[in-house]
Amino acid sequence: MREIEQKRITVFVTVGTTLFDALVKAVDTEQVKHELLRRGYTHLLIQIGRGSYSYSYIPHKCEGEGGSLVVDYFTFSSSIAEHLRSASLVISHAGSGSIFETLRLGKPLIVVVNEDLMDNHQSELAEELAERKHLYCASPQLLHETITDMNLESLLPYPAGDAKPVITLINRFLGFPDD
Amino acid sequence: MEEAYDCCFSIATMITIFLLVVVIRVVYVFYRTGKPLSSKSSKPRSTLIVLGSGGHTAEMINVLSVMQKARFTPRFYIAAATDNMSLQKARVLEDSLADEDKKVPAEFMQIYRSREVGQSYITSIGTTLIAIAHALWLMLRIRPEVILCNGPGTCVPLCVIAFLFKVVGIRWSTIFYIESIARVKKLSLSGLLLYKLRIADQFFVQWPQLQRKYTRSQYVGCLM
Repeated sequence: MREIEQKRITVFVTVGTTLFDALVKAVDTEQVKHELLRRGYTHLLIQIGRGSYSYSYIPHKCEGEGGSLVVDYFTFSSSIAEHLRSASLVISHAGSGSIFETLRLGKPLIVVVNEDLMDNHQSELAEELAERKHLYCASPQLLHETITDMNLESLLPYPAGDAKPVITLINRFLGFPDD
Repeated sequence: MEEAYDCCFSIATMITIFLLVVVIRVVYVFYRTGKPLSSKSSKPRSTLIVLGSGGHTAEMINVLSVMQKARFTPRFYIAAATDNMSLQKARVLEDSLADEDKKVPAEFMQIYRSREVGQSYITSIGTTLIAIAHALWLMLRIRPEVILCNGPGTCVPLCVIAFLFKVVGIRWSTIFYIESIARVKKLSLSGLLLYKLRIADQFFVQWPQLQRKYTRSQYVGCLM
């Protein structure tokens, strides 16, 4: 008998190379998982980060019995591109690499800023992009509220960056002929 | 007695003249910094590229992939000694180049960090001096005509040394600083230092708010 493929609508959570237990904990709450399920997501995959110390928080895996959200996690991968590609929603720490990799793939994105970081310049970028409606920005405490209220259709696609203007200026300054 | 007096006087005169020459030279370097190079030529320029952890290397690779490599060669990449990923990413970029761009192979170097995260400030004085000495050693070897950097702490000693080279006449390195896309309203510490000290020849920012605040910078839009 052929297995019917379960439709996977995945939420991918990533903390990059940082330690960001607050995000993992916030995502792994019944509230958030319930809200994601209500919105039609079937799978939750969390990249929890790696370190030489033991984690203070490990999420609960779940096989999805009784129609609940399938939850899985892993520590680290050299490239999360594939996970981003197969996700329908991405929840990420505020690193610029993660943010732009996700926006370039055109995926809906919620950026969660780590308030425990000493020098939190990362929030500037997340807030600016949120103001320009390219993503949603939240603290771990407000994640549930953000997911409940979000309207992903209202997000605007992020226009691709262009390095040519700065290169043109550099070339001209050095006296290279214009192309 | 008079001879001793004459001797002191001529030493004082020499020191004064020397200091005057240095001051004039420094003023001249500040005046010339930021002015486009007068000679227009297609000759390739040796280029130092400073990499840094986090988004810095990714942004730099993004810029390099669009640059005409034949104009910026030979290329020297420097990353902090504890940064394992950056040089690797640079090697991947260099390996992917067409053969005609690989004729002069790029060089990859690591530099001692002034201070590790959490290091005590007392031992940091020693490590900073070592880092400066190491930076000087590398810069004397490379003497680049162009320096590209975008914010990691490693770029400050290198750019300061480049400035000193301009003063002393060892090499005129054109310094291009591109502030990271993650800096929207405030400059990074490295950026602030290089901006205030007027060391960078051209200072680029990726958000209009920064250009309005730092009027000697140039807004070039988002590069990522």
